[in-house]
Amino acid sequence: MTNEEVKNIVVDIIVDVAPDEDVTGISADGNLRDQLDLDSMDFLDIVMELRKRHKIEVPSEDYPRLATLNSCVEYLAPKFS
Amino acid sequence: MNNENRIVITGIGLTAPNGNNLREFRENLIEGKSGITLEEIRYMGKHPTGMCSFDEFKYQKKKTRRRGTRAGSVAIYCANEAIVDSGINFDSVDKSMVGVYLGITEHGNVETEEEIFQLHQNNLDTTLWSHHHNPRTVANSPAGEVNLNLGITGPHYTIGSACAGGNMGLIQGVQQLTLGEVDLAIVGGVSESAQTFGIFAAFNAQGALASHEDPIKASRPLDVDRNGIVISEGGCIYTLERLSSALERGAKIYGEIIGYAVNTDATDFVLPNTERQMQCMHKALDRSNLKVTDIDIVNMHATGTKAGDINEVAAVREVFGSSKSTSVNFSKGHIGHCMGAAGALELAGNLPSFEDNIVHPGINIDNLDPECKLDNLVMNEAKKVEEVNYILNNSFGMLGINSSVIIKNYNK
Repeated sequence: MTNEEVKNIVVDIIVDVAPDEDVTGISADGNLRDQLDLDSMDFLDIVMELRKRHKIEVPSEDYPRLATLNSCVEYLAPKFS
Repeated sequence: MNNENRIVITGIGLTAPNGNNLREFRENLIEGKSGITLEEIRYMGKHPTGMCSFDEFKYQKKKTRRRGTRAGSVAIYCANEAIVDSGINFDSVDKSMVGVYLGITEHGNVETEEEIFQLHQNNLDTTLWSHHHNPRTVANSPAGEVNLNLGITGPHYTIGSACAGGNMGLIQGVQQLTLGEVDLAIVGGVSESAQTFGIFAAFNAQGALASHEDPIKASRPLDVDRNGIVISEGGCIYTLERLSSALERGAKIYGEIIGYAVNTDATDFVLPNTERQMQCMHKALDRSNLKVTDIDIVNMHATGTKAGDINEVAAVREVFGSSKSTSVNFSKGHIGHCMGAAGALELAGNLPSFEDNIVHPGINIDNLDPECKLDNLVMNEAKKVEEVNYILNNSFGMLGINSSVIIKNYNK
């Protein structure tokens, strides 16, 4: 799976978890919580959706790795391969 | 009684299967328009059901809707509509002195059934069980969602009281205002029960689930061919204030709650008790210092089960049979049984009678059950009367809870 595909998977989940947010134009390097109205419950939802849809486990100590879109791709891409 | 102890209704927000505001709801009640449709119920096929069509996102963001519950969404819509209708400048209200008290029949069945459905789709993997399950299913959830939405920091809770819930929300609001616990009470009842198959299946097993090839004919209390309850969702929320504060701000006053009573059959889990229902109505009348002839409209609970209808008609006949001026109606023929919302909704449907002197009918009575004969039953067609000064609203529920609320026409 390409990095772009992984990024799209994460964005699709964010759109479902935070349906009021406009994700077009968000910076891949910027902190997601600085750009979108996301709270800790939303991140729990994102982790849950990764587990449910893609059988990917994200242990709680790794949650900081999901801070930006790029860090999500860096962390998740090996798990998709 | 001084104006500090007189409690009045100053705003109404509602959603019913046949209307999303009081005007629509009232018009359809008078015209006999049903809101019942055939809906697919999980595992059970299509059944006559009452669903509401209000705009969930008029007052709520998509994310909080996703996190919350249908009952919470119904409550948020109705509470906001009631506040708008009341004309209260809510920004200037002390939110710590606002209380939210909502009657419910049940809460959490919809959410639990959905989680268990998902669990089975995911090979019983409990790690996929949603962390939202607990805040969605705690019993205070529908009321708490209103406080979250409106930034209300005063008390909130639900009153679990089966299908007497709508009346119980009103009663709780009166009590808390009278005690001085709050200055504004946001009260009523809500229900999301139409989205849980378990309640359909249970009524079906009990032989009490309505069926009819034409869904708008399915709910027909007091008709000899009725065959049970049509399950509906809905909500109705009022703003209650002390008369002093309503007068101070020049509020429109829909009516004054002058009396109520609640009691318990203590005889059966589901079967009603005529004598206790009579006692409940008499107690409400006594507390209001009224005679039976003072009551212009009695709204029956009338669910469309044989035992429920016959017992309640016997109670109403015994209490009001001697009163030529008391009209009797019911609302579930139009909207089905809105469970926790029923009492509050059905009262709202009758309140405009104070102004237009029209008594809306109970519909779908093609052949009145001989055991349900009442002299002043308003059947199928609305009735114009000389004046309406007092309404008695009945709401009864499982485990034998009975409630009667009496509203006075404030302007007469």
